[in-house]
Amino acid sequence: MAILKTENLKAYYITEIFGVKRTVRAVDGVSVSINNNEIFGIAGESGCGKSTLIKTLLGIVKPPLTVLEGGVNYSIGDKKFDILALNQKELKSIRWEYISYIPQSSMSVLNPVRRIRDSFKSFINAHKKIEKEEFKNLVEEHLNALGLPTEVLNAYPHQLSGGMRQRVTIALATILRPKVIFADEPSTALDVVVQRGVIQLLKDIQQEQKNTVILVTHDMAIHANICDRIAIMYAGKIIEEAKTEEIFKNPLHPYTKYLIGSLPKIGDKSYRVSAPGSPPPLTNLPPGCSFHPRCPYTTERCKREFPKLVEVADSHKVACFLVSKEV
Amino acid sequence: MEQNNKLLEVKNLIKIFVIGSGFVRSRITAVENVSFELEINKPEIFTLAGESGSGKTTLARMILGFIPPSSGNILYKGKDISQLKGREIELWFMKDVQPVFQNPFETFNPLKKVDSYLYETVINYSIADKKNASKPIEEALNLVGLSLQEVSGRYPHEFSGGQLQRISIARALITKPALLIADEPVSMVDASLKMSICNLFKELKEKQGVSIIYITHDLATAYYVSDRIAIMFRGNIVELGSVEKILTDPKHPYTKILRDSVPEPDPERKWQGRIELSSFEEKEYQSKGCKFAGRCPYVMDICRNRMPEDVSIDGRIVKCYLYASKVNKAIV
Ligand SMILES: Nc1ncnc2c1ncn2[C@@H]1O[C@H](COP(=O)(O)OP(=O)(O)OP(=O)(O)O)[C@@H](O)[C@H]1O
Ligand SMILES: Nc1ncnc2c1ncn2[C@@H]1O[C@H](COP(=O)(O)OP(=O)(O)O)[C@@H](O)[C@H]1O
Ligand code: SF4
Ligand code: SF4
Ligand SMILES: [Mg+2]
Ligand SMILES: [Mg+2]
Repeated sequence: MAILKTENLKAYYITEIFGVKRTVRAVDGVSVSINNNEIFGIAGESGCGKSTLIKTLLGIVKPPLTVLEGGVNYSIGDKKFDILALNQKELKSIRWEYISYIPQSSMSVLNPVRRIRDSFKSFINAHKKIEKEEFKNLVEEHLNALGLPTEVLNAYPHQLSGGMRQRVTIALATILRPKVIFADEPSTALDVVVQRGVIQLLKDIQQEQKNTVILVTHDMAIHANICDRIAIMYAGKIIEEAKTEEIFKNPLHPYTKYLIGSLPKIGDKSYRVSAPGSPPPLTNLPPGCSFHPRCPYTTERCKREFPKLVEVADSHKVACFLVSKEV
Repeated sequence: MEQNNKLLEVKNLIKIFVIGSGFVRSRITAVENVSFELEINKPEIFTLAGESGSGKTTLARMILGFIPPSSGNILYKGKDISQLKGREIELWFMKDVQPVFQNPFETFNPLKKVDSYLYETVINYSIADKKNASKPIEEALNLVGLSLQEVSGRYPHEFSGGQLQRISIARALITKPALLIADEPVSMVDASLKMSICNLFKELKEKQGVSIIYITHDLATAYYVSDRIAIMFRGNIVELGSVEKILTDPKHPYTKILRDSVPEPDPERKWQGRIELSSFEEKEYQSKGCKFAGRCPYVMDICRNRMPEDVSIDGRIVKCYLYASKVNKAIV
């Protein structure tokens, strides 16, 4: 069952400097349906619009970001709403309690001049009235369950290592047992060993709390490890979506094929070829299929028309004329 | 001077940073005791890998002559680089050993045209005069799959991260160096561009005979490009040898954990088991024995008291008592 659904969502950065209008088509017609209780991965190259998509799904839309089309419909238990239609007060009441967010840099949620304990306090108090004793139990139980030492509560953020800070951020973002958790590159800046610990933590929480996780990272190996399904983004659009095993075993879009084929693996020194060229600027997309200037199979139609994301096999969707046999 | 077949010799290198002043000084041993060699006439890609803060960048900056070591020696083609006196010999070293930095967007000033860096390099190193500067630039750009025409007159923001990184490599190649020192050169670029830069390094090694010290914490690309690898932990090389041996059959307990933590891009080979993270990492720097003792599943009493020696075993060097005892037993 879908907990979150969008239909042809378009969110652009529209700026005007000295009378020159500039439009960055960061989210350019995204239709996606995310199931209850799954870990849904979003992959794609830097600047392709992943973080902007997350911001829009979270309802954090402020100028220059503008939603031109589409809604973001949640269906959490009997709560049904379009997050883009909520006012600030309504947004505040669902943030953290229903829909939560783990940013890449923990400093944007942890207050640098206050102890970790105080961050937990203000987080919880914004949503519930609770007694001192109950607060202590709630927080300590949560930290224990996540394998974090309770001493961190007395620390200031800068006293913790980057990995510990990120784990504390995850604990904070999940203390109210949100139904949907967005994580934007939660482990990218960390060392491999610490990264593994952070991803393990995220997975533990998802299994225990039974929530839905939307994980953004450009690291395909992380996706392979924990996601149920993956969407591949290219130039503001989802160009392929399938179950994790399917994406890795049977990628269909030419871009995804390059992506999967070029991944290095320990134990395999065979030559890797990566896609020629580089992604187009989102201010100036080529007509037709955005991948056509780099695609070895381009036809005349690809240069004119954009291929729609269509289901070509059981829950495997691709946006490519070659695959949908419409060429 | 005796004939020397080493390109680079790093001998017992130590770097201690003193921070603060007066009574509140503290000392950080960024590089504790590092030695390794690169052969001349045998171009190779040598990876320095390890977690952040393990001393990789500090080691690289010493080799480049940017900072002096606290003790130890660096010999380049048999010459101690701390003894290079006079402009000519300094220029010789700087031409021969070139850096490539991590963040291509920081290498270039956003307000300066990208090609101006290339022209400056040609002039500063007296590669050619102004009139003839384009030729060596074109040659260097061709090596990285670009041309002067594509680059001319354009600003950094007009390039992708991968293109900029190629241009910064081209800049380093203008002086026809024998050794490139690349500190995390692909950590800021995307998966597909990452591999094109790795391929470029392989090509430079094979076709141009350039040796490369590749610094990274990405073991999968390290496996792909390099010949040998040194694993650093808290200022020490704990394992050194052929990349195939070390990454497919690690011996040092830290290398094992590191290897097991690398995620595989294959849903059928997910992480097995669980890992424990240390919560108080700072203590590791101070310990006088093996720096890994606090987290090592095989720790013994001796580990905490004395730093283990390097042991040669199975075609590699390992700094760990687990192997020292075996060797001792074999000798006895
Ligand atoms: N506040 C802003 N104003 C104008 N343009 C912006 C703004 N934020 C992002 N952009 C542009 O929108 C595009 C998409 O950016 P976004 O941050 O969503 O990418 P991303 O896929 O998350 O990339 P990364 O992997 O680097 O995090 C980029 O071209 C970026 O430069
Ligand atoms: N200029 C400096 N002054 C003081 N400490 C430094 C300086 N440069 C590096 N360090 C310290 O030395 C250690 C090793 O750092 P570095 O060589 O940058 O590691 P790596 O490149 O492996 O991440 C770290 O503890 C770091 O904080
Ligand atoms: S639609 Fe055409 S250009 Fe686009 S990926 Fe498919 S074949 Fe290539
Ligand atoms: S020396 Fe001892 S503590 Fe260090 S890695 Fe070896 S067994 Fe572990
Ligand atoms: Mg982002
Ligand atoms: Mg570094």
